[in-house]
Amino acid sequence: MNEELLVEPADVADGLNRIAKAIAERNPKPDDVALVGIRRGGEPIAQLLARLVGQRTGQIIQLGSVDITLYRDDAATALPSPRIGPSHIPFDIAGRRIVLVDDVLYTGRTIRAALDAVLDYGRPRRIELAVVADRGGRELPIQPDYWVAQTSVADDCRVEVVAVDDSFKVVQTGGNGQ
Amino acid sequence: MTGRRHLLDTEGQSAEDIARILDSAETFFEISRRAVRKVPTLRGKTVLNMFFEPSTRTRTSFELAGKRLSADVVNFSGSTSSTTKGETLRDTIKTMEAMHPDVIVIRHPASGAPWHATRYTKAAVVNAGDGMHAHPTQALLDAFTIRRHKKKLAGLRVAICGDIAHSRVARSNAHLLNTMGAQVVMAGPRTLLPAELAEALGVEVHDRVEPALEGADVAMMLRIQRERLGGALLPSTREYARKFGLSHDRLALAKSDCMVMHPGPINRGVEINPEIADGNAAAILDQVEAGVAVRMAILWMLAAESSEPLPS
Repeated sequence: MNEELLVEPADVADGLNRIAKAIAERNPKPDDVALVGIRRGGEPIAQLLARLVGQRTGQIIQLGSVDITLYRDDAATALPSPRIGPSHIPFDIAGRRIVLVDDVLYTGRTIRAALDAVLDYGRPRRIELAVVADRGGRELPIQPDYWVAQTSVADDCRVEVVAVDDSFKVVQTGGNGQ
Repeated sequence: MTGRRHLLDTEGQSAEDIARILDSAETFFEISRRAVRKVPTLRGKTVLNMFFEPSTRTRTSFELAGKRLSADVVNFSGSTSSTTKGETLRDTIKTMEAMHPDVIVIRHPASGAPWHATRYTKAAVVNAGDGMHAHPTQALLDAFTIRRHKKKLAGLRVAICGDIAHSRVARSNAHLLNTMGAQVVMAGPRTLLPAELAEALGVEVHDRVEPALEGADVAMMLRIQRERLGGALLPSTREYARKFGLSHDRLALAKSDCMVMHPGPINRGVEINPEIADGNAAAILDQVEAGVAVRMAILWMLAAESSEPLPS
């Protein structure tokens, strides 16, 4: 399978730094903000972002993760033998600013499910969305507040965010290539 | 319908299938401890609880499991239904089938009733206890409870003591625990522990509880099922308690961290000393809590598979 590099690790690192700065500035009270990674792709990115935001605010940023399997709009029909993982939100989300973190934003359906999952833990003051790659193709009215890169690829391609050293790279696989 | 999946028995279930149910149940266990104990997964699905035998914990547990998954749950109890007017099980199932349930949970005094039910419905059927035969969801929740406490199943010595002959719980547990590599030992009065049964299950048996409890990691105590005892198979309740009940002295024969289990309902002072039933070693209420999580996992797997997959 052909793999094409869309964003270099160094550029992803720069982008995440830029996002961390924006999150820290938009959320002046660090006690208030918490990052929630969408399992499994968003989890490592949320971890890195929490560290970067923490470096700027000088405080430990609360970090959680959600598994959206049970909240998918095709949950009862999609997979013949779905596997579900645990959600882990070890803090009270009521009244907080939550930043949802995912690797790739595509149809928006995953984010819709993640919003429902987070809201079942309580009523946050605000929910924002940070992604590494926004590949377009939305099927719901959902937009990111922070993103590293916007790409436009053919429908039959996959866009993946892959961990490398201390950063991530964005690659495109599959499709006929254009 | 081909490929229709039911949960009828632990006999013949693979270790992979069992592990998958137990792993999924971990997530549902977490949901039951949240502030909002509900997920939208089975919205629009219908779960029919058909109980032709009295039950408190199993029926409540299935009802909560279905509701926490957002399914519509309808309870149907044998004593308040047309079955008292002479309707056969076949006709009752066919009537219910006309209302398009996705999952039918059935408890019935006749062994094999859930298998019979599968012939007259397109729904997934879950056996919630049939006669003296099988009670797979109890065995799964017991395994889940043991695994949470002991972090494993393989290699554990599990003593099942009491009225083995009438116990679908004992049968289903023996099959499951054998499959998962645990060592099952059974003990009870000879009249309640037929030799051919033990042989068929492939487990070690004793007519005294002491040798079974020796070195046990888990002591599972069973109730004397008076409602199924035809004649005088037993001495008095007091004599049973003295000879076969779980006392402090007997529990001391097991490992120091032995967990004590009971599928309920408990007869205090008969098969188990009340202090032990309320003590630290007892996992009896953990079993009840696990029941909801395990049944959520089962309903989810069966209801999710009862639909046609979406075109991708």
